[in-house]
Amino acid sequence: MSMEPFTRITGVAAAMPEDNIDTDIIFPARFLLLTQREGLGVHAFHDRRFLADGSEVGDFILNRAPFREAKLIVAGANFGSGSSREQAVWALHGFGIRVVVAPSLGEIFAGNCLRNGMLALTFVPEICAKLMDAAEAGRTFSVDLERQRVEVEGMEPIPFSIPPERREALLNGWDETDQILNRFGAEIAAFEAGQRIVQPWLYTEMQPR
Amino acid sequence: MPRTLYEKLWDSHIVASLSDTEALIYIDRQILHEVSSPQGFVAMRAAGRQLRRPETHLAVADHAVPTRGRGAIADPQARAQVAELEANVADFGVPYAALDSAEQGIVHVIGPERGYTLPGTTIVCGDSHTTTHGAFGALAFGIGASEQGTVMAAQCLRQTRAKTMRVELTGGLSAHVSAKDIALALIATIGANGAVGYAVEFAGPAISAMSMAARMTLCNMTIEAGSRIGLVAPDDVTFAYLKGRALAPQGALWDTALAYWQTLPSDADAVFDRLVTLDLATVEPQASWGTSPNQTVPITAPIPDPATMTDPSERRETEKALAYMGLEPGQALAGTPITHAFIGSCTNGRIEDLRAAAAIVKGRKVADGVTALVVPGSAATRAQAEAEGLDAVFRDAGVEWRFAGCSMCVAMNDDRLSAGDRCASTSNRNFEGRQGPGGRTHLMSPAMAAAAAVAGCIIDVRELVA
Ligand code: SF4
Repeated sequence: MSMEPFTRITGVAAAMPEDNIDTDIIFPARFLLLTQREGLGVHAFHDRRFLADGSEVGDFILNRAPFREAKLIVAGANFGSGSSREQAVWALHGFGIRVVVAPSLGEIFAGNCLRNGMLALTFVPEICAKLMDAAEAGRTFSVDLERQRVEVEGMEPIPFSIPPERREALLNGWDETDQILNRFGAEIAAFEAGQRIVQPWLYTEMQPR
Repeated sequence: MPRTLYEKLWDSHIVASLSDTEALIYIDRQILHEVSSPQGFVAMRAAGRQLRRPETHLAVADHAVPTRGRGAIADPQARAQVAELEANVADFGVPYAALDSAEQGIVHVIGPERGYTLPGTTIVCGDSHTTTHGAFGALAFGIGASEQGTVMAAQCLRQTRAKTMRVELTGGLSAHVSAKDIALALIATIGANGAVGYAVEFAGPAISAMSMAARMTLCNMTIEAGSRIGLVAPDDVTFAYLKGRALAPQGALWDTALAYWQTLPSDADAVFDRLVTLDLATVEPQASWGTSPNQTVPITAPIPDPATMTDPSERRETEKALAYMGLEPGQALAGTPITHAFIGSCTNGRIEDLRAAAAIVKGRKVADGVTALVVPGSAATRAQAEAEGLDAVFRDAGVEWRFAGCSMCVAMNDDRLSAGDRCASTSNRNFEGRQGPGGRTHLMSPAMAAAAAVAGCIIDVRELVA
């Protein structure tokens, strides 16, 4: 399955100046009973966005104009920490978010972003603070993956860098499994042949006694 | 070049180097559960692929299953999810521990218990607490659904090499203090993101003396400090635990494996990027007060007061957490009334944990107004506990005795808190809504949760038994 290519994203950024926004906040566990990956945007930040009776929490950032159309989130430290659930990424993507910016990110979450056509960027706290101010002011952000920089009205462009292969995959919307199978089939087979000699017990049929 | 355990595990699994820090890593084993695996199988079907090595996988339903009994599942979504897993394992030839079998249990409990988790292997699962298996000297980490599909098809993953952190544990634990208290104290010290980017190896004299259960609890909680990888070097305690387990190597292969496993521990002069030390004699029973695991204090200390904080973001976080938790700044946690006590999860659902809880409730009664449940980590743990008479101890005290599963750790089945409920919990996450929308979670050890259940409030277990 290929993913949506990422080239240039332009839009407002929702400011979430709070540390440790975990994946249970982004996508509460009870919705994990849904087995499809499409249409999850409605549950993004569910318990922050909606009251128990289903009505909207008026002052939650993603319920306010213009941030209902936000393409970015600028968050506090450790955004996306906690559970490995990829639904957190699918829900954000479904909501329209394509870029997450924070001083630090949950590692599994950050990896999941890249595999779903989203960028997860970390900057030093000083830059994050400036981006947070710009987000709060409702300025327009532009993220250019080709040139690897974040552009904000009235600010110097901020460079970032991600590994070249990741960038290429994002720009082209390549699927990681396809890439690995197409490029490394021989290496995988060679590895297995070697490991079979060093750790033969990993190649016996696992038959319980 | 001297190498750490992590570096040996990494080096021995490189299929192809991609850059200075990235490599294609071979994955020896993958555990699948009903909640995170469906999309991986969907991707396999869509691409018309087969699993490269189906026999290296192990599937089980644990997250959303009811724990009041086995048999038909009432919730239609959970029932459909388990049915989907069963159809997938049948179609793709994956070994499956059926819901009503003696092998069923939480992914991170049954892997070790069955001897599926072995030193020197790479193990992944669509679950962040896969860190648990690192207690055996395995490179084990949680992954997302897309990566699960990649492992199914290619038995490989693209990974970034972690930095290394050594956590040196010295001294001995006082009575009624456990591995859970060590984990919580460490997270409170280094922070919920203090170990992001590191593979954490627990070492030192206190580790050598620790049981596998205690080591698993420690490694389980490393993700709560932000690290995807917790490790303990395999030693005689590890080997004694594994010998004779159903899926462990046997006969001549056992001897070959043992010789290999003994080469894995970090070399004496290996260099770590970061060193943290903790004297266990200083660790007291802990309890979390907030909505992140690092918001934890020793039970004898007061809850922090935001008014005394100079860092504005720390102040804001503290105020927000106190408001959610319904607690006052500076108050003592001890004496706070609870409505629920939950003993179980992949952190503290093993037989040793159940014994510790049973020792506290024995001859006592659960306080009025408190719902207490014990959910064994696996069917085998449940059977063992029953053989030891622990179920009777719990039942006599008014504690509900359940079937194995994740239960109130993640609240995906009907075991969940309502808004405003307060739970003394042996699980690993006190996030907002983790145990049910509006629910309030206090993380603690099995002995502390059991003490809270009988006292009706959070209490220093040492006071209860004194
Ligand atoms: S017990 Fe809790 S933390 Fe462990 S695997 Fe289940 S849901 Fe995850």
